[in-house]
Amino acid sequence: MNFGSSLIEALESLTSNKVRTALTMLGIIIGVGAVIAMLAIGTGTQQAIVGEIEGIGTNLLFVATNYDDVTNPVPISIQDAEAIADPVYAPSVAASAPVIQGSAEVTYSGEGTNASLIGVTEDYSKVQSVELTEGSFFNSTQISGLASAAILGSNIADDLFGRKDGLVGETVRISGQPFRVVGILKEEGGADFGNSPDDQVLVPLTTAQARLLSRKVKDQVDIIYVSAVSSEAVKSAEDEITLILRDRHKLKLEENDFYILNQDLLLDFASTVTGVFTIFLGGVAGISLLVGGIGIMNIMLVSVTERTKEIGLRKAVGAKKRDILVQFLIESSLLSVIGGVIGIILGWLLSLGIGRIAAANDFLLNPAITLNAVLLATLFSAAVGLFFGIYPANRAANLEPIEALRTE
Amino acid sequence: MTEWVVDARDITKVYQMGEVEVHALRGLSVRIAPGEILSIMGPSGSGKSTLMNILGCLDRPTSGDYYLNGESVANLNDDQLAEIRNRGVGFVFQSFNLLPRATALANVELPMRYSALNGRNKKEVATQALEAVGLGDRIHHRPNELSGGQMQRVAIARALVNDPAIIMADEPTGNLDTTSGDEIMGLLKNLNKERGTTLIIVTHDPEIAELTNRVISIRDGRIEE
Repeated sequence: MNFGSSLIEALESLTSNKVRTALTMLGIIIGVGAVIAMLAIGTGTQQAIVGEIEGIGTNLLFVATNYDDVTNPVPISIQDAEAIADPVYAPSVAASAPVIQGSAEVTYSGEGTNASLIGVTEDYSKVQSVELTEGSFFNSTQISGLASAAILGSNIADDLFGRKDGLVGETVRISGQPFRVVGILKEEGGADFGNSPDDQVLVPLTTAQARLLSRKVKDQVDIIYVSAVSSEAVKSAEDEITLILRDRHKLKLEENDFYILNQDLLLDFASTVTGVFTIFLGGVAGISLLVGGIGIMNIMLVSVTERTKEIGLRKAVGAKKRDILVQFLIESSLLSVIGGVIGIILGWLLSLGIGRIAAANDFLLNPAITLNAVLLATLFSAAVGLFFGIYPANRAANLEPIEALRTE
Repeated sequence: MTEWVVDARDITKVYQMGEVEVHALRGLSVRIAPGEILSIMGPSGSGKSTLMNILGCLDRPTSGDYYLNGESVANLNDDQLAEIRNRGVGFVFQSFNLLPRATALANVELPMRYSALNGRNKKEVATQALEAVGLGDRIHHRPNELSGGQMQRVAIARALVNDPAIIMADEPTGNLDTTSGDEIMGLLKNLNKERGTTLIIVTHDPEIAELTNRVISIRDGRIEE
C-alpha cells in the first residue's frame, strides 16, 4: 500500500470525526505550545541576565571577604583597597573603590521609602559608571570630612519629592539623620534584578561607616571594586591583588580569606542557574505534552474498537499486519504532528504576548524562540504520536480477521 | 490448470470456548473443480461458516490438509495467507461490509491497495468492475446512497477486482428482498459463466441452493451428501 494513499485515507478518517480529532489535538497543541513558550522564557531570561552581567564591563573585578570557607577571616578594609590601588605593586590595577552596602529608610517631610544604601569613595566613579542629571559626585573633602551628603537614585527622588530635578540643596533624612542632596543619578530604567541604580542612595563611605552602617571592625568594607587597566590585564590584576592581600592579611600556608570574582565567573554561575531554570520550565511543560500523548493513545484505542469490523474487512481483502499497523500509526502521528505545528505557532504567539507584557511592565525579558526549541518540540511531539500510537495500532494489527468481521 | 481448485482433506477445527472444546468440523473432505458452482447448506451451528472461513484462508484448520489451486496452505504464515485472500479468493458477505465513508469506487479499489501489483491503473480496473456489475453510473456514490442490492453489487465488484479463482459468498442474499436476491444470484452465475470463476455459496435457503450445480449439506461438522 503506498504512502500517499495511506496519508489521504488517514486524513479522511481524522476529518470524519472533527470534534474528537480537534479535542485530541488540543492536548498536543497545549503541550507543545507550553514547551515552546517556557523554553522561550527561559532563554529570554538567560539572555537578559547575561546581557546585564556583560554590561558591568569586562575589566571589572570584585574582591570580598570569604566568610564561607574560612574561619575568622580578616575582613577586607579601606587600607586593603588603598594597597590594591598602589601602582608599584599592582601595575595592572587602574582603580580600586571600597564600598559598604546596606539598606536604610529615607524620608522627606513625611514621605518615606526604602533605599539600597551604598557608602562610596571618590574612586567609585572610576569603577562604576556614575552619571548625574544634576549636582556633582563626592569630592575628597566630602569623603574625608564625613560630609552629610547624599546622591539619590531617580526612583528614590521620585518617591520622596514626586519629581527628579531641582533637588540639589534639599535635605532628606536617612535613618533619621539629615543629609543634604548633592546630586541625582541618571535614570537607567529596566529591571536590574534588584540592583538598579534607580533605587540606590549613595553617601560618603566614611559617613556610612560612622553613622549609618556600622561594621564590626574599623574601616571594614563589604566589597572592593577593582578595575584592571584592560580586559587582558584582568588575570594579572587578580594575581597582584592576591599577593597584596595575602601579604596584608599575613597568610602563609592558609588559603585565601577573600575571594576575587570576575565577569567570567559570574557569567558561568548565571548560565548554570538560568540553565537549570530553563530545564525546569521545559520539564513542567513537557508533562503536559505527555498528558496530550496519553490522550492520543486513548482516542486511538477507542478508534480501534469502533473500527474492528473495518479492520476485519481490510484483512479479509488482503491487508497484512503491517498495513493495518502503518494505517493506525499514520493516524496517530498525523494527530501529533499537526497538533505540534499548531502548538509551535501557539507557543510563538504566547511568548510574543509575554514579551509585550514584560516590556509594558519595564521588565527586561525578551522571550527568544530558538531553532533548537522548535526542533525539540517537533521531534518530541512526533515521537509522542508514534509511541502512544504503537499500542493501539498493534492491537488493531493483531486482530483475527474472522473475530473482527463477526463484531457488529 | 490443476485438477481441483479446492482440495480439502480430513479437515477438523476445534475451538476452545473457555473450558469447553467445541468441535466445529470433524474430519471433513471436499473437492471442488474449477468453474463449479457449489452451495454449502446446513442449519446454524453445523459448521458451514467455519468451513467457508477455512476454505477462504480467513482461518486455519486444527488438522487436515488443504490445497488451494494445488498449493498447500497449512504451513503459510499470516502474511502469506493475507496474500492469498488478496488475490486468490474474493469474499461476498451477508452484511456487505463496505467502508461507509468511502465511495463505491474507493471500496472496489481497496483490495488493489494491498496488492503487490502496482502497474495497473486502479481507478480504471475498479470502474470496469463496477460496470461489470451494472453500477457504472454509481461509482461516486457512498454506501448510504445505495440500495441493498446495489451495495451487494459493489461488494461483488470488490470481490472480483483482483480476478480471483474463487468467490466465496456467505449468505449473499440474506439481507435482500427476493427481487434483488434473484438479481444478485443472476449476476454471480453470469460471472461464473463469463470468467469461469468458481463460486462457493454458503446458504440455508434451498431455493438458492437449487440454482447451483452441487450442494453439500453439513450437519455437526460432517458432510451428509
